[in-house]
Amino acid sequence: MNLAQLQQKLTAAARLQAPDERVPYAFEKRITALLAARAALSGRALWARGLWRAAVSCVVLALLCGAVSFFTPAAGDNNKDLSQDFENTLLASVDQADATP
Amino acid sequence: MEERSEAELIAAVLGGDSASFEPLVAKYSPRVFATARRYARRDSEIEDIAQEVWLKAFDKLKSFRGEAPFEHWLMRMTVRTCYDFLRGHQRNREASFSEISEPEEDWLDRFVAEPGNAAEEADAAKALINRVLDRLSPEARLVIQLLEIEDRSVKEIAELTGWSVPLVKVRAFRARAEMRKILARMAKDKYL
Repeated sequence: MNLAQLQQKLTAAARLQAPDERVPYAFEKRITALLAARAALSGRALWARGLWRAAVSCVVLALLCGAVSFFTPAAGDNNKDLSQDFENTLLASVDQADATP
Repeated sequence: MEERSEAELIAAVLGGDSASFEPLVAKYSPRVFATARRYARRDSEIEDIAQEVWLKAFDKLKSFRGEAPFEHWLMRMTVRTCYDFLRGHQRNREASFSEISEPEEDWLDRFVAEPGNAAEEADAAKALINRVLDRLSPEARLVIQLLEIEDRSVKEIAELTGWSVPLVKVRAFRARAEMRKILARMAKDKYL
């Protein structure tokens, strides 16, 4: 088979295909409507959408924190409390000074 | 009502009157659709390309300086959008030629028996070339379409695609070789 000739023939066949310029009904109206919808979405709408997303995230975070603190069992021994330990360490020198005659 | 000129419509759109874009869409959509149909087959894909072209044109209208006709600027955008489409839809490129239709096979048989008798205007030849084009890489397809089928010059293609003239020449050389390779594979699938 002569491939170069076949290539020429098929290219010629492609050239003979008339360009199809049909446009769907009211296509220009659709584009105008899309542009109008996009314009409406910009500006304040974008801010509002961002703020709503932030608000939802905050609520989810608050619920998660609430659930964690609710389901975490309370420590029975108050002496093992971190804040108490911290205070004892910090005030150890003062306590020692008080105890020394 | 008196028809407004293209420059007036563009100035109005840039001034914030997006409704003035509608006459431009109505006027040039036939050309946009004709170009899109050369690269996509399904109606939904063709409409997607056309829609993207117009949305891009609206967004980038500020970059239109008015030195060249609006149509040229729009066609550059259309060709580049079609190229992006081809790059994003590279399916079926590896499919074999075993599924070619009976009329296409008959046309090929006629060509093998007597090349002069296989008419280019036959629907089977058109279907066959579309099948071959679908298997080309995006670069090769774009170059074959613009250079061989639409008969555009290398300089014109460089302007339309944004590629340099030497790059168009290199890609044209590779595209022809790629097309011949596909035809050779088609011949092998069918006759060996």
